[in-house]
Amino acid sequence: MSMNKLDQLYRTVIMEHSKRPKNKGVLDANNVTVDMNNPTCGDVIHLTMRVEDDIVQEAKFEGEGCSISMASASMMTDLVKGKTIDEALRYAEAFSNMMLGEEVDDSIDFEDVEALAGVAKFPARIKCATLAWKAMEKGLGENN
Amino acid sequence: MINETIRQDFPILKEIVNEHPVVYLDSAATSQKPQVVIDAISRYYETSNSNVHRGVHTLGNLATEAYEGARETVRRFLNANSTKEVIFTRGTTASLNLVAQSYGYANVEEGDEIVITYMEHHSNIIPWQQLARAKKATLKYIDLTPEGTIDLEEVKRVVTPKTKIVAMTMASNVLGTINPIEEVTNIAHANGAVMVVDAAQGAPHMKMDVQSLDCDFLAFSGHKMAGPTGIGVLYGKQSLLEEMEPVEFGGEMIDFVGLYESTWADLPAKFEGGTPIIAGAVGLGAAIDYLENIGFDAIAQHERELVQYALDEMQKIEGLEIYGPKEAEKRAGLVTFNLKEVHPHDLATVLDMSGIAIRAGHHCAQPLMKWLDVSATARASFYIYNTKEDVDRLVEGLRMAKEYFGE
Repeated sequence: MSMNKLDQLYRTVIMEHSKRPKNKGVLDANNVTVDMNNPTCGDVIHLTMRVEDDIVQEAKFEGEGCSISMASASMMTDLVKGKTIDEALRYAEAFSNMMLGEEVDDSIDFEDVEALAGVAKFPARIKCATLAWKAMEKGLGENN
Repeated sequence: MINETIRQDFPILKEIVNEHPVVYLDSAATSQKPQVVIDAISRYYETSNSNVHRGVHTLGNLATEAYEGARETVRRFLNANSTKEVIFTRGTTASLNLVAQSYGYANVEEGDEIVITYMEHHSNIIPWQQLARAKKATLKYIDLTPEGTIDLEEVKRVVTPKTKIVAMTMASNVLGTINPIEEVTNIAHANGAVMVVDAAQGAPHMKMDVQSLDCDFLAFSGHKMAGPTGIGVLYGKQSLLEEMEPVEFGGEMIDFVGLYESTWADLPAKFEGGTPIIAGAVGLGAAIDYLENIGFDAIAQHERELVQYALDEMQKIEGLEIYGPKEAEKRAGLVTFNLKEVHPHDLATVLDMSGIAIRAGHHCAQPLMKWLDVSATARASFYIYNTKEDVDRLVEGLRMAKEYFGE
């Protein structure tokens, strides 16, 4: 098996997030709520975010999907906390660029999320990684 | 006879995927193509290409002969009465939509019922949903037994004299279940309904006989049975097709065109508007010849043996759940499963690293996924070119995946 290539996809930090996802749960109904699915594979996410003073104070998700999509949701909800809406949207765009294998703006610090860069080499799995980010983008874009 | 030489007929099986010889276990999605089919299509373009049914030139005649010859091959394969009953379409989806849009719109009225099952592919659900919505008819589902088969008593309960159409798959693309089409057809007819058969997963694997089935319509695709993509067939009883209106209008399908109205060509041209899928039909004809030469009894036996071997070996893996009937005799050539704590997409990626191609996801059967209470499954599907060694490679890959994702 091309284990090395596989290890580029399933980095340790991704496996950690997938096995023990952060920010699982649902915030109450008066928060930003987004439901999104990936019709080609059946992955679903229910994302809720509490936005106050233009800042994402809290983000939680429920969903079903592969380790990449769940790890990505866990990382995204972690990263987005404390960011302004504009910052969060900028991160969503940068993430999309990273998945396309494009250069990411130096000013973006992805922390753990950097581990997902390897997904770009697995075209069939890019949609798994982007689901949570598209949901965040949709929710905050509408909120703007 | 199925043996190692059959693998030599399929050039793609020599491909190396991720440093391993490819193990193709996704034939239920689309089968691979033997050299004779690839050659038949090339030869058609190299020696006979022209438009059909028009003009007097020699190439036009050659193309028409090739196209109509393929129709005769399909007629023989289906044991249909006449080539007028064989309509070439883009595939199973197009065939089923044609029945819904033509027969369905003309014959289903408010308050009528359309009956399908929980194990249908989306292509045998949505055309009926749309028809039922447009006509204010009721769409009803036949429930499945716990092992994922059809119980004829349940069919008798759901199908009523209000039922106008019963549509059912010949073999489930997820559970593998082979359905009792002949018996269900009898129940449909006893209630005055027509029987529509989705044979997308049937035609590649078993001998067809529309006269003994007595079904009214039957749809299948070429690409799942060693033929090219973009060609499929709708079989319909001549008496029904004669009464039906075309759904696509244009060239090839007319008799006489006036300024304000037109009349239609005879069957089967009436349903084949536009330049037909000539090379596709030629490829399908070559595929049927190829499969018949191997023999459908031999094909069915080979797949039963492979499925039985796969069921036996896969059940030895702890935490692996198999969906559908557990006996190979009740199944088409596929095994759908889940490995505990490994999502099917992750599994498919890990197997791909070993050159093994399986399908992961909802298999275009979301209502069935809901019935199974899963969001996705993995599926290994077999065809004439698969071997026990392929199953061994799969099982080995599954064990590695389990280890890789284990704590």
